[in-house]
Amino acid sequence: MRLWGTLTDPILRQNPVTLQILGICSALAVTTTLAAALTMSAALTAVIVVAAGIISLIRRHLPSSIRLIVQIIIVASLVIVVDQFLQAFFFEMSQRLSVFVSLIATNCVVLGRTESFSLHNPPVPAMTDALGNGLGYSLVLVIIGSVRELFGQGTLLGNEVFHTTEQGGWFEPLSLMLLAPSAFFLLGGLVWAIRSWRVEQVEVSEHALAPAEETRG
Amino acid sequence: MAEFNPIKLWRGILSLPNESRTKTIAIAFIVSIVCALLVTGATVVLRPIQAQNRALEQQTRLEALLAEIPGLSAILTTSDEMKLSTVVVDLRRAKAAQDVTPETLASALTDSANWTQLSPQEDIANLGSRADFKQIYLLRSPEDQVELVILPISGTGYGGPIEAMIAVESDMNTVAGLAVMSHNETPGLGARIDEPAWRQQFAGKRIEDDTGTPQLAVARGAATTEFEVDAITGATRTNTAMTQMLAFWLGPNGYGPLLDAIRRGEF
Repeated sequence: MRLWGTLTDPILRQNPVTLQILGICSALAVTTTLAAALTMSAALTAVIVVAAGIISLIRRHLPSSIRLIVQIIIVASLVIVVDQFLQAFFFEMSQRLSVFVSLIATNCVVLGRTESFSLHNPPVPAMTDALGNGLGYSLVLVIIGSVRELFGQGTLLGNEVFHTTEQGGWFEPLSLMLLAPSAFFLLGGLVWAIRSWRVEQVEVSEHALAPAEETRG
Repeated sequence: MAEFNPIKLWRGILSLPNESRTKTIAIAFIVSIVCALLVTGATVVLRPIQAQNRALEQQTRLEALLAEIPGLSAILTTSDEMKLSTVVVDLRRAKAAQDVTPETLASALTDSANWTQLSPQEDIANLGSRADFKQIYLLRSPEDQVELVILPISGTGYGGPIEAMIAVESDMNTVAGLAVMSHNETPGLGARIDEPAWRQQFAGKRIEDDTGTPQLAVARGAATTEFEVDAITGATRTNTAMTQMLAFWLGPNGYGPLLDAIRRGEF
């Protein structure tokens, strides 16, 4: 039962992207199409789960002075393996994702989970937590990827949904959706929607604004 | 002398306190070895499949280059006599190679005698040395005239080697098209050499001026002459690399003599 909680918590209640605002860079860069978002999600989930498993296995013998560098090396090696795998079996997709697969190594979601959870928990809960976080990240990517592809090109996974004007239909593609700023807007909207529904996620503001009179000088 | 026992040694390392220097170094060493094996293993096992993918992609890009040349795809599909043939040329003699075929090209190029070292003055495209044998593609008309040649060119860009193919029309002085086969340029900047809109500017440009010197180049800014194409903004090093590789490969140490020979009808 606790495992179920560990798995489902990061999907909505503790989502790494919308609550912790981690992994934003890739969430913006690879979500122009749903297929790219799905590939990236699968790659990240695979890396984070395996890394969490390995790091959790060796956690009792990890000297704390080098623990960060050991974690990075393990994560980076796994990323290279996943990247090579994509280049071998999903060549076209790996060309489109270009550097972003390699950049999983620097994704804060991965190091954040291994450092804060896998180092202190046995392999099964650690991998469950990693899977939950991978799925939470994937959920956000899939939502943003679907919206951007649907409104930017009128397709989903390459299949036509809206008949575009280019082919004599009615739908005028929003080219803004294919540019990076649209991902900011969508992500901001998503965070706002989740926090209006789940008010407990709203952060307490750290600084109060000074009254206007006092600052005039 | 104490007997060497790996299991005992292993247990000894594990039982050391985590903060001891020996254990820190041992753990760092073991993790590095395991990760190195993992990465090397994946690379070696998957390399043949990746090489196959790349070869397939090159084929697709070559076909795309041919499809972009106006009127050519119609000729290729309607006429049986006009077919694209693959020829290995000897750049030292500006002739078709005698005993090197496309099948034996790869093994011929493992012999360093088949490479020409370039002096710093000659080496404008930063290649170091040039292969003496190159595989080119020729399209002949039914009258055995050369209608089109496709030449592989390469150079050093900002992020690594750039490989491209340039198609030249029957006058051997007009570009029919250019395709970028592989590059490692910055996405969004130099990587735009791969965009059709930029590549297609090359079609119709002249290669040599009236004195026979190759002038085809990427302009600094917008193109002003019939030898130039527009530069890519924010990618100076990539633009320069493209200019240099065109200058080298169309010049005297590249395909220059070969193009002259074809123009004289020696092919």
